[in-house]
Amino acid sequence: MTGTVDDVREPAAVALVLVSHSRELAAGAAELAGQMAPGVLIVAAGGMADGGLGTDYEHIEQAIERAASDGRSVVVLTDLGSAVLTTEAVLEAVAPELAQRVRLADAPFVEGGVAAAVTAHGGAGLDEVAASAEHAAASFGPGASAAVGAPEVAPGEATDDGVVRASRTLLNPLGLHARPAAVVARMLAGYDATVAVNGVNAASVLELMKLGATQGAQLQIEASGTQAREAVAALTDAIDAGFGEI
Amino acid sequence: MTLDVAWAVDWVRASAATVVEHRDELVELDRQIGDGDHGENLKRGFTAVLAKLDALEAPPATIGDVLKLVATTLMSTVGGAAGPLYGTAYLRAAKACGSSSVDSAGVVALLEAGLEGIVARGKATTGEKTMVDAWSPAAEAAAKASADGAQPAQVLEAAAVAAAAGAEATVPLVATKGRASYLGERSAGHLDPGARSSQLILEAAVAAADRAA
Repeated sequence: MTGTVDDVREPAAVALVLVSHSRELAAGAAELAGQMAPGVLIVAAGGMADGGLGTDYEHIEQAIERAASDGRSVVVLTDLGSAVLTTEAVLEAVAPELAQRVRLADAPFVEGGVAAAVTAHGGAGLDEVAASAEHAAASFGPGASAAVGAPEVAPGEATDDGVVRASRTLLNPLGLHARPAAVVARMLAGYDATVAVNGVNAASVLELMKLGATQGAQLQIEASGTQAREAVAALTDAIDAGFGEI
Repeated sequence: MTLDVAWAVDWVRASAATVVEHRDELVELDRQIGDGDHGENLKRGFTAVLAKLDALEAPPATIGDVLKLVATTLMSTVGGAAGPLYGTAYLRAAKACGSSSVDSAGVVALLEAGLEGIVARGKATTGEKTMVDAWSPAAEAAAKASADGAQPAQVLEAAAVAAAAGAEATVPLVATKGRASYLGERSAGHLDPGARSSQLILEAAVAAADRAA
């Protein structure tokens, strides 16, 4: 990790369960989301007991119970058809005390899982994590293109409108891909500040990724809030350090 | 006249037999408008149900116990959407049959509860080319037969006949629920596999009731 992110923390209060017809798809999505949110418990529930394609009631029930242990709340993401139906059947049958801590998100499986994991890693509550999953489709869909960057101003100085601005050049050879995007989103969750990079919400890993920023791209940062200055300082340091990748 | 736990067990065994016998037909129907796994999924599910029945140390005390065993086993072994749909149907039916026997009104309650389970889980209604198109007329015909004073076996027979007609009536429909809905207009002209398997299972109930008589 980069050292710019405090990963020594309590496990997130919201865990994820990823339900797929395929054992490999669930495990792969869990790995992908987990790489960006190491503090979040992500339980994969894919395939049948014999490894074949399908959804297994007991498997899903056990995954939800494991995710919900230690008082955690749970957001469940599913792929197609019976994954949704079987999860609904499980939630109808479990104890009400457990069911009320679980949300079945109507969200794209991979994008929603990544968004939910990063949001949960930032310490968000159940409703916020579920909402981030459900908004993932909109923030990744066609037409959700990058906004125009803000004009250049002196870095780190608050302007008359109270917004702290900075401009940096992206150094990472692979651009602002999933891992550094997740680093940014996680890091900013620790500050009381609203931060935008090239006009998109820097707390959203999906919005950062969809910027498609490549090596050498100019990143215009704008922040507001009580810790805007600190947030911008941390972010510019991380960008200058290539997010630990260079 | 009433139907007892032995009837319920016989019904389940007959359901397994007919599902296995029609496995290829159900696969072919599902291949035309779905993903081709319905026959294999139900065969696997009901085979697992038989294994659970055979492993019981004592016979189930109530019809509901039999149906609950079917429900939980199907939900964990079918794999496709039929698992939670049939599973919820059997589960709701089990709740409606907590005794060791059912009369005609009890048979109606069983079928109506099963239909409610499928509707609740699948959020489908009639005319959408689904299992509901077999179950809904079946429950309706059963209620009418019971009201007319029919015996339980005749109530089931009325239900099975209506389910067969309902399944057949899915052929011209355009699917608007489930996997077949992905095909849109191209789903017309095919028998819905879920409606067909529902018909088979209700016909198995009639055969078991005839044997119990």
